[in-house]
Amino acid sequence: MAKFTFKGGIHPYDGKDLSKDKPIIDAVPGDEMVFPLSQHIGAPAKPLVKKGDPVLRGQMIAEAGGFVSAPVYSSVSGLVKNIEKRRVATGDMVESIIIENDGLFNEVEYDVADDWEKLSRDEIIAKIAKAGIVGMGGAGFPTSVKLQPKEPDKIDYIIANCAECEPYLTSDYRRIIEEGEKVVEGLRIMLSLFPDAHGIIGVEDNKPECIGHLTKLTKKDNIISVKELKTKYPQGAERQLIFATTGRKVNSKMLPADVGCIVNNVDTICAVYNAVVLGKPLMERIVTISGDAVKTPGNMRVPCGMTYTELIDQKGGFKTKPAKIICGGPMMGFAMFTTDVPVTKTSTALLAFTEDQVAESETTPCINCSRCVEACPAGLMPGKLSDMVEAHDNERFVANGGMECCECGCCSYACPAKQPLTQNIKSMRKMELAKRKK
Amino acid sequence: MSLPKVSSNPHIRSAATTQIIMLTVILALMPAFGYGIYNFGIRALFVCIVCVATAVLSEVVFALITKKKIRVDDLSACVTGLLLALNLPVSIPLWQAALGSVFAIIVVKELFGGLGKNFMNPALGARCFLLISFPVAMTNFDTDCFTGATPLALLKAGEAVNVKNMILGSIPGTIGETSMIAILIGAIIMLLCGVIDLKIPASYILTFVVFLILFGGRGFDPAFIAAHLAGGGLMLGAFFMATDYVTRPTSAKGQIIFGIFLGILTGIFRIFGPSAEGVSYAIIFGNCLVPLIDKFTVPVPFGINPSEFRKGGKK
Repeated sequence: MAKFTFKGGIHPYDGKDLSKDKPIIDAVPGDEMVFPLSQHIGAPAKPLVKKGDPVLRGQMIAEAGGFVSAPVYSSVSGLVKNIEKRRVATGDMVESIIIENDGLFNEVEYDVADDWEKLSRDEIIAKIAKAGIVGMGGAGFPTSVKLQPKEPDKIDYIIANCAECEPYLTSDYRRIIEEGEKVVEGLRIMLSLFPDAHGIIGVEDNKPECIGHLTKLTKKDNIISVKELKTKYPQGAERQLIFATTGRKVNSKMLPADVGCIVNNVDTICAVYNAVVLGKPLMERIVTISGDAVKTPGNMRVPCGMTYTELIDQKGGFKTKPAKIICGGPMMGFAMFTTDVPVTKTSTALLAFTEDQVAESETTPCINCSRCVEACPAGLMPGKLSDMVEAHDNERFVANGGMECCECGCCSYACPAKQPLTQNIKSMRKMELAKRKK
Repeated sequence: MSLPKVSSNPHIRSAATTQIIMLTVILALMPAFGYGIYNFGIRALFVCIVCVATAVLSEVVFALITKKKIRVDDLSACVTGLLLALNLPVSIPLWQAALGSVFAIIVVKELFGGLGKNFMNPALGARCFLLISFPVAMTNFDTDCFTGATPLALLKAGEAVNVKNMILGSIPGTIGETSMIAILIGAIIMLLCGVIDLKIPASYILTFVVFLILFGGRGFDPAFIAAHLAGGGLMLGAFFMATDYVTRPTSAKGQIIFGIFLGILTGIFRIFGPSAEGVSYAIIFGNCLVPLIDKFTVPVPFGINPSEFRKGGKK
């Protein structure tokens, strides 16, 4: 089979062997659960409960705060302890609903659909919106909004992002191996919304088991194809995945729907299946716990609202004191100074390393080796852009395409002078985006 | 209890460092260096030691005077010193060799801001400085083993040359430039280690060959072309000097334009100029054009319409 890929990218050590063969185990929620109201892009959710209210597992505790927003559900039963600001993985303080877990797991009754194919398009989208589903690969964009593009007739492809290109992450891998049918069925549900669309499942070639399994599951489908992608970071970045699987190009000013594509992550597609078929809202996800500082790396099914501390304790704690703790992958995740933050809808992983490669590498002068240029999947010159940032030259930064950066981190990774390229470019982009919002 | 450190993504780094890159270049220069000693005797080693030691010392002294961090451990001064030595005739007075190193490091490199900021290849800048200052010593290739003109000079005078000897390297010339084979072994080391790629050397050499065929006055004469490729500093220049990161264009397109430009200049200098050689001058001329080439070869970002990007103006 021909292999699909994109220009640029890097080949970091993938560390997936630490956890890829560890079956998903259930994490046990602790006494206190924290549900941030902002676990997605868009308006924060609005609380539907107040202090002292009893709640059930699967009960909506906050409703969507607008069109681009998503409701939040409780993953345990118990009492609302408080609504207050709590720290989240990004380091920000976010208004959160705190629930005292009674340990009974009394559940609401779910609206099971015996045959989802009989549901109308609007009913399916309503179910997805109501279930609070957002992009679970990290971005957190509400899925129901994604599935309602301006011109639905122009959607040609629904792409299932099974690339999982971030090193160490194996949650999608385990999900496909253990619940591949759900992924394929979820994709079929989404395809039913767009009569002309074809389904593409993009998997990197370092996961032959997934490719085999998915190919078997989709053998009878003639509108779903499994595409084998070259293993290269960031193959799972939306623009790179679209290009590799369809040859279409998306830039920073466009949405995937502009080129007839909608991309969804594995966990998101599973959540769609759960919402439409089982009537279950999004209240748990698969999280990879890995890194050389973790005693027993593995994958867990985690009810949202648990803290990372609880996860790490249930995995036997740290082997050695970690120098760096990351929420998400090592390329795009957030470094955390504490694990006492809640798992949210977009938490893909908790990684803990004994060595902090960033702190240990000294920055030396740029020697113009152009490794960053070769690594940049957006076709930019990161070294030059970084110089412009250091010179506070916003105008040249924008004229040289700085806003096209997807912050994948390839340039900083590749740089032999250990320059903070991604970091510089990211900060300038943030300033420019803030200016545009005004 | 100390908290884990927090920093912006990415949280991992590749193993590549400037030091490892420079070390690879030094290793890749070893075949040419070794052959130079074999070909010209132990004095070649002394010239190299003087050049490298002076280069490193100059950098340390400059850092001390200007109160900058001493960064000789990046090995870039060693590379400069070694490259300069390989570009000198073995009979050069040692004080002149040392002066060349001082010029390379202080004038060409440090005064323009140090590593990464110089606009001209330091070793070549120094070689040209020495060529202008001490033309006799710099073009005296007579040794115990060889007397008379270099093959390129013979070629220019219309005389016959032994191409086999030129490829192996048993000819007069500078310490490191004579053996095409030794230089190519080094080039292969650098290519395999990913330190350089073929964009500049290939476009440079191909353009030069085309230029020779068109304007060399011999048409397509394989022996003549082979002699020109193996003679003088072309191989050393194309693989070790023109590919110098700091003084080459950044984009792939720019690098190819740069290579073509060097090929044409070298052709002009060798065929029409008064000297048989032309590589050093071609490369330092090319170095001066790099900012201009860079300006006009900013790559078009992924998914952007090229004409709109250019209209947007890359100021």
